[in-house]
Amino acid sequence: MRKTTIVTALVCLLLLAALTGCGQETPAAGEDPTNGGAPAQAQVVHVHNWGYFIDRDVLGIFEEEYGIRVIYHEFVNNETLYAALQLGGMIADVIIPSDYMIARMIEEEMLYELNFSNIPNYTLIDPRFRSLAFDPENRFSVAYKVGTTGLIYNSAMIPYEITSWSALFDERFAGQILMFNNPRDAFAVALQYLGYDINTINEDEIQEAFELLMEQRSILQAYVMDEIFDKLESGEAWIGPWYAPDFLTMYAHNPDLRFVRPAEGTNFFVNAMVVPRGSENRTNAEKFINFMVRTDIALMNMRAIKYASASYDAAVIFAEELNDLERDVVFVGPEEYALTEVFYHLPSHILELYDRLWIQLRGLS
Amino acid sequence: MKPKYFSIPYVGWMAMFVVAPIIIVFVYAFTTPGGEFTLRNFSDMGIFMPVFFRSFRLAFIATLLCIALGYPVAYILAREASRVQLVLFMLIMLPLWMNFLLRTYAWMSILENTGLLNQFLSFLGLPTVRIINTQTAVVIGMVYNFLPFMILPIYSVIVKIDKNLLEAAHDLGANSFLVFRKLIVPLSLPGILSGVTMVFVPAVSAFVITQLLGGGMVFLLGDLIEMQFLGTAHNPQVGSAISILMMLIVIAFVILMNKFGSGEEKAVGL
Repeated sequence: MRKTTIVTALVCLLLLAALTGCGQETPAAGEDPTNGGAPAQAQVVHVHNWGYFIDRDVLGIFEEEYGIRVIYHEFVNNETLYAALQLGGMIADVIIPSDYMIARMIEEEMLYELNFSNIPNYTLIDPRFRSLAFDPENRFSVAYKVGTTGLIYNSAMIPYEITSWSALFDERFAGQILMFNNPRDAFAVALQYLGYDINTINEDEIQEAFELLMEQRSILQAYVMDEIFDKLESGEAWIGPWYAPDFLTMYAHNPDLRFVRPAEGTNFFVNAMVVPRGSENRTNAEKFINFMVRTDIALMNMRAIKYASASYDAAVIFAEELNDLERDVVFVGPEEYALTEVFYHLPSHILELYDRLWIQLRGLS
Repeated sequence: MKPKYFSIPYVGWMAMFVVAPIIIVFVYAFTTPGGEFTLRNFSDMGIFMPVFFRSFRLAFIATLLCIALGYPVAYILAREASRVQLVLFMLIMLPLWMNFLLRTYAWMSILENTGLLNQFLSFLGLPTVRIINTQTAVVIGMVYNFLPFMILPIYSVIVKIDKNLLEAAHDLGANSFLVFRKLIVPLSLPGILSGVTMVFVPAVSAFVITQLLGGGMVFLLGDLIEMQFLGTAHNPQVGSAISILMMLIVIAFVILMNKFGSGEEKAVGL
């Protein structure tokens, strides 16, 4: 009896602590959460970014120049980041999700508006990457990295020139095809191949894309995320769709690999820096964002990870440093850019449809 | 200080990391995203039944294979001289010191179509096998990763069997096989039962293995639950409901096993 009382008491205590803890995450209404009034405390900024998506040396430079300690975290994908923010318990001042997730976070009021007077380097951002569809008035975000998807294939195994997404549905390559293991990217491939908008909310079009993916399943080798590096480099698989700049990493390990942006068009993605609600260091966050845009810092990041920066001057300098092959992969020419589509946030009933169809595709057959 | 206060750290730990999460999962499972009570999370679950069946079937196969492979090993281990025992123990435990993910990744490069196994087979002039990205590969991954959890409990029971009993049986004219069948197997049953629980439960909810060795083509409960939390729609409510149903089935299974082994020690302290 005694034991059960101890357990119950402890559980109650813990739940209480958890609940009040959650309450503290979001500042009370009317309270100004900027860190102006906390001079004695050590200055910090919590940054959450994709894995391998920064030159870590820039963090040291920031700490030295600003006297603000950077606590750096990595996340796996947009959805993990979203879930972590939603479920609470995550301390974040700057997060760097991609386009459609930013649109969703704006819609669900999860972000603070930025104070652009703290971000004077914003003028360095390529005008093409300001006020994009996910943040039309550009009040919440500053673009960090941009790029497209594309097809990567092994020219030793596939001796033809590939120009279309149709290669992913080609029975000649049965058992050798890889596919994105996330619904949004996988459906985008199918929708573009069928000639539909990747943000379509027409359920018949989505259904058609689903049927195409269902057919593809029988000739597919695997649904992959980062395993694609190993599988394409070793020749285990012949062809798969992926994010363009990563091709350079694979190419360095296997020069038989080729990259192409399919003629039907590709997805243009933007990863941008935003400040989530609950941030207790907004000024520091804005200083960090301003710092990341700076030409020398953007250049360091580009040299390290090969993804094109949204900072115009830095991108121009970096493009000069690349050879023709690298430049075509990292940067998008105007004609190809015209064919790209950016993801929007979809209404929740469409997202649920995606999840339902995706589970059906992956697990119910 | 009375000895019972020593249990406070443990009770606190359990309350924080076992009881509290389960309560949170329960709350999610019976509420809507808005926080109102609902049973819809459960009533909508019918469409996921194929995933439930597949998960339990593969976990069942993996568990049977673990008994078939693990029992002889545990038996030999318990009978061997201490030096051989030490080496065998090291061989069983050593992989556990490496990261689970790393070990599974290694199996990927062994089983792939162009992997080590097939390179070896073609080197010998034998036909190659297609294992990767199939249910077979997933079961292999489960057996490899969970086998030590079958061997160790069986070993610890067999090693404690009173030698006098075995000698008495021999004296009374039983041959080795009869002693094994009538004495050792029944007496090691509690070990088998706890081994079964320790293999079956993680196997049913396995999910990294399905991605790396199943190539995303073998979709199990772990994947389904992960997708509810981290999918595009972010639905922790349905994810929690699936987890609870899975938990209930597993608990029913363990109770059934304890019934089966009644008279012996309980397989797990429920």
